Order: sequence, then C-alpha cells, then structure tokens
Amino acid sequence: MNKKRRILLLKGLVWLLGLAPAVWLVWRGFTDRLGANAIEEVLHRLGDTSLIALLVALSITPVRRLTGWNILAPLRRPIGLFAFFYLTMHFLWYAVIDEELALEFIIEDVIERPYILAGFTGWLLLIPLAITSTKGWIRRLKKNWQRLHRLVYLSTGLGLLHFYWQVKADTYWPIVAITVMVVLMLLRIRPRKPGRERERTVAAERPRQEPLAD
Amino acid sequence: MLIRKPNDIPSSEITPEHVYINRRHFIGKSAGIALGGIAGAGAIGGATAAGWPGRAAAQTAQVGQRDWSTVRTELGEELNSFEDITTYNNFYEFGTQKDDPARNAHTLRPRPWTIEVGGMCANPGVYGLEDFIRPGTMEDRIYRMRCVEGWSMVIPWYGFPLKDVIDRAEPLGSARYVEFKTLLDPEQMPGQRARVLDWPYVEGLRLDEARHPLTILATGVYGQDLPNQNGAPIRLVIPWKYGFKGIKSIVSMTFMEQEPFNSWKRAASFEYGFYANVNPEVNHPRWSQARERRLGPNCGVFRCEQIPTMLFNGYVDQVAGLYAGMDLRVYY
Repeated sequence: MNKKRRILLLKGLVWLLGLAPAVWLVWRGFTDRLGANAIEEVLHRLGDTSLIALLVALSITPVRRLTGWNILAPLRRPIGLFAFFYLTMHFLWYAVIDEELALEFIIEDVIERPYILAGFTGWLLLIPLAITSTKGWIRRLKKNWQRLHRLVYLSTGLGLLHFYWQVKADTYWPIVAITVMVVLMLLRIRPRKPGRERERTVAAERPRQEPLAD
Repeated sequence: MLIRKPNDIPSSEITPEHVYINRRHFIGKSAGIALGGIAGAGAIGGATAAGWPGRAAAQTAQVGQRDWSTVRTELGEELNSFEDITTYNNFYEFGTQKDDPARNAHTLRPRPWTIEVGGMCANPGVYGLEDFIRPGTMEDRIYRMRCVEGWSMVIPWYGFPLKDVIDRAEPLGSARYVEFKTLLDPEQMPGQRARVLDWPYVEGLRLDEARHPLTILATGVYGQDLPNQNGAPIRLVIPWKYGFKGIKSIVSMTFMEQEPFNSWKRAASFEYGFYANVNPEVNHPRWSQARERRLGPNCGVFRCEQIPTMLFNGYVDQVAGLYAGMDLRVYY
C-alpha cells in the first residue's frame, strides 16, 4: 500500500472513531438509555470525549517521535477538530439545553464558579485554533501559526482543571487524564543535542507544516 | 405534609406482624403485577387530598398495590418512577457513577441483617432487622429528595419514624447526637476497595433532628422492599436535608455527646457540613444551590426545567424551629 492510501485509510479511521461517540449518544437517546438525568449524561459524555480527543491529538507528535511513524502527522488536524467539535457541543449543550440560554445564570456560573470559568476559557482559546487550522492560514501566519497553536496546551490544561474541579470525590479519571497530559508534556522535553544528531532531529521535525500545534 | 401518627389510627387498623411479613413475600414474588394496581387507590388507600396514604395502604397491600399514578405530594408534585428511583443513585459503596449501584449492588446480602444500638443509652443491644422494625409503625411517606449535586426526585418511601427506635433505646440525658454507620464489607460492597471516601460511611443527626416526626428509617420504596442500590435493608431519610445525609444499609446506631464526623464533611469540610440542610441561599463553593433539576416525568433529553430550590426543601414550617437562632451559613 502506498503512503497516500495509508494516510487516507488512517484518516477514515479517525473519522469513524471521531463520529462514534456522537452516534452512540444519539442511539442511546432514541432508545431511552441515557438514564434519569439524560441532560447531564449527554453533557458529561460530550465533555469526556473532547478531552480524550485533545489528549489523543497531543500524543501524535510524541508517538511519532518515539516510533518514527511520521505517517501519523496528518491525523492531528482531524483529531483536533473533532475535539473542538465535541467541546463546542459540550458548551452549547450546557448553554442551550441545560441552562435554556438563561443568560443571568450562565454569566453567574462563568464568573462565580472557577471550574466553569476554566472550561469556558479553554473553549474560547480553541476557537482561533479551529479557525486557523486550514492550509491557507498556516501559510498566512507563517511562524506565528505555531506560536498561536501552542495555546492548545493551555486549553487542554484548563479543560483538565475543569474536569478535576467538577467531580465530587472520585478524582480517579481526572487524575488519569492529568497524568496522561503530564507524561505527554514530559515526552516533549528534548535535551539539546549537538551536531549531526540534532540536525537529524530537526530534519525529522520539518513535516511540521501540518495543522494543529504539537 | 401530613403525617398520620400511630395514635390517629384505630388499633383495629394496625397491621399485625404476620400480615406485614406476608406482605413482604407477596410483593417480592409478584412486584411486577402488583405495581400495576388491582384496585383503585381511593377505595383502598385512604389517601387524603394531599396524597397521604397512612397505614391503610400497607394493610391492603395484600390484595393489591395502590394506584400510585394519582398520588401527589402536598405541593401537587408527581412521583418519580420506580425506574428513576432505582437506576439513578449515589451509593459509592457500589461505584461512583449514577448507574453503578443498580448494576453492582446485587452482591449485597440484605438478609439476615443485624443492627447494633449502642453508645450513651440505657437500652443498648444488637437486633435482627425483624426485631428492629415494628410493623405497627410502618407507613408510606412521599418526600422530595434534593441531592447536594443539584437534582431532585419525589420518592414514596415505606418506613417508620426514627423516633420509635430512639425511644426504645432510651438515650441518656447527656447524649446529644446519634451516629449511623453503613456496613463495611468490601466483599459485599466492592466500591469500598477504592478509597474514594473513608469507609465505612458515617452520618449523624442531632437528637432533636433525629426525633423529628419527618425523620424516618425506610425499608421500602413504592410499597416494596428497598432494592439493594437504594440502601437495603434499612436507610435513613431526612427530607429537609441533602440526600447524602440519608445513610444507607445501616448496621449501627450510636448515641454520643459530641457531633459525629460524617463522611462527606471528612472528605471536604468546607464543601459539606454536618447539618446539610437544603438551602437555596447557601451555595456549594463550586455550584449554586438556588435551583434544582427535578428528574422524572417532565425531564427529557432536550428539556428538563430547573425549579427553584426551597428552604429546608419545602419543609420549612415543620423544621425551621430546630434551627432557631442558628446562622445557617456557618452551620451548613
């Protein structure tokens, strides 16, 4: 199989996995399997999914570096955009369905509840990243594109904080997610390598002109 | 809210123990059919306009369950379905997700069951469940239940006033509180293998709260035995407090002088206090308590209206006196 076909196949897989949580939720909704507090269930699952997608997107570069599978690089954009899609759905579900657009309550929540402020800020930060995820914007922004897309770390961090702060006592999954994030960040720390080795690494980094920051 | 006290009921109406025990068997075997309601509630239940069934419902349960569909709270609220009540639970001994208890609680063995009454009382002892409950005091109670997380349900409990067992234990004059503990047994309660909370679960009440006529020990819901996930075989229900005060699967009751150190307070003392009275004015540090999502018939996937939370969960007339002069922001 040539490289192009393999990339196409992988992208197809990303789309399949990316749409699966939405399909699953819709199916559960139609078959009355969302439990007594369906609104909250949907809200939580949308939030989980966006965080998982963000962490998967952030793991592409370290995995690529560890394994040399550069073929994974083009997957960052679709995975990142799926994360943004689920996060936007999460916010809209909260604002439109959960709070029924009661602005006074939404504003109070954002101002007075640190966990909502953290999540809301995390979502806001991802908006410019989603907008500038096209090839045209990469060209136009040049060096700044990468700088801008480093916001994804901050955004994910705020998302994890939001996740951690909203649980009552069982911090197991938030801690798992935070640990994954910390490991991914540690894997990014590269010792300065002298001479040829460094050049090689830099060369391997070239195909970085791919959307969504690493 | 109406409460039919035992002395309002002619002795001829009091269900003899063997009938009560039979009733358990009957319901256990034919719950599905029985819930449909064989006879009209009005005829058999003796339900008042406010939906208070009193003892008669229990007595007639032998010939068929009442028709719960017409039962409302004193404020006209509809009941949550048996399914809502038994599939959406906080019972961390079986997992922290709402559907975990319904899935995992089959490992609990609610019979035989013993309850130890001790501490500062003249009449301590270890009781089998059957001796602990006095059938003559059993009644249906329709209460709102407001969870500290911001949702609520309306639940038809079946139980008896906690005061009944307190009086039998004869607490000493120096006893001011009563502490309850849940079973500690990771074999039966697999969630206890994770240290989410400091097991066993502990709750407590001031003695005047415990003796309040609204405070009950429930052994059933919808006229049938409590399913395991709801705290079988016996649990506390204090309708004006957040749900976490309603300790489940109780194995001990201890009278004491100092305030019990309840589990959630232990876990996060500036988020959860000892009193935990429902109060729309006193927010949880991380979320507002001004409103609640009433789960149930009017709560769907796309719309579930939030309703204003009431002081003391709507039982202010009955219980406000217990807290006269107390700053409810300090004693949350």
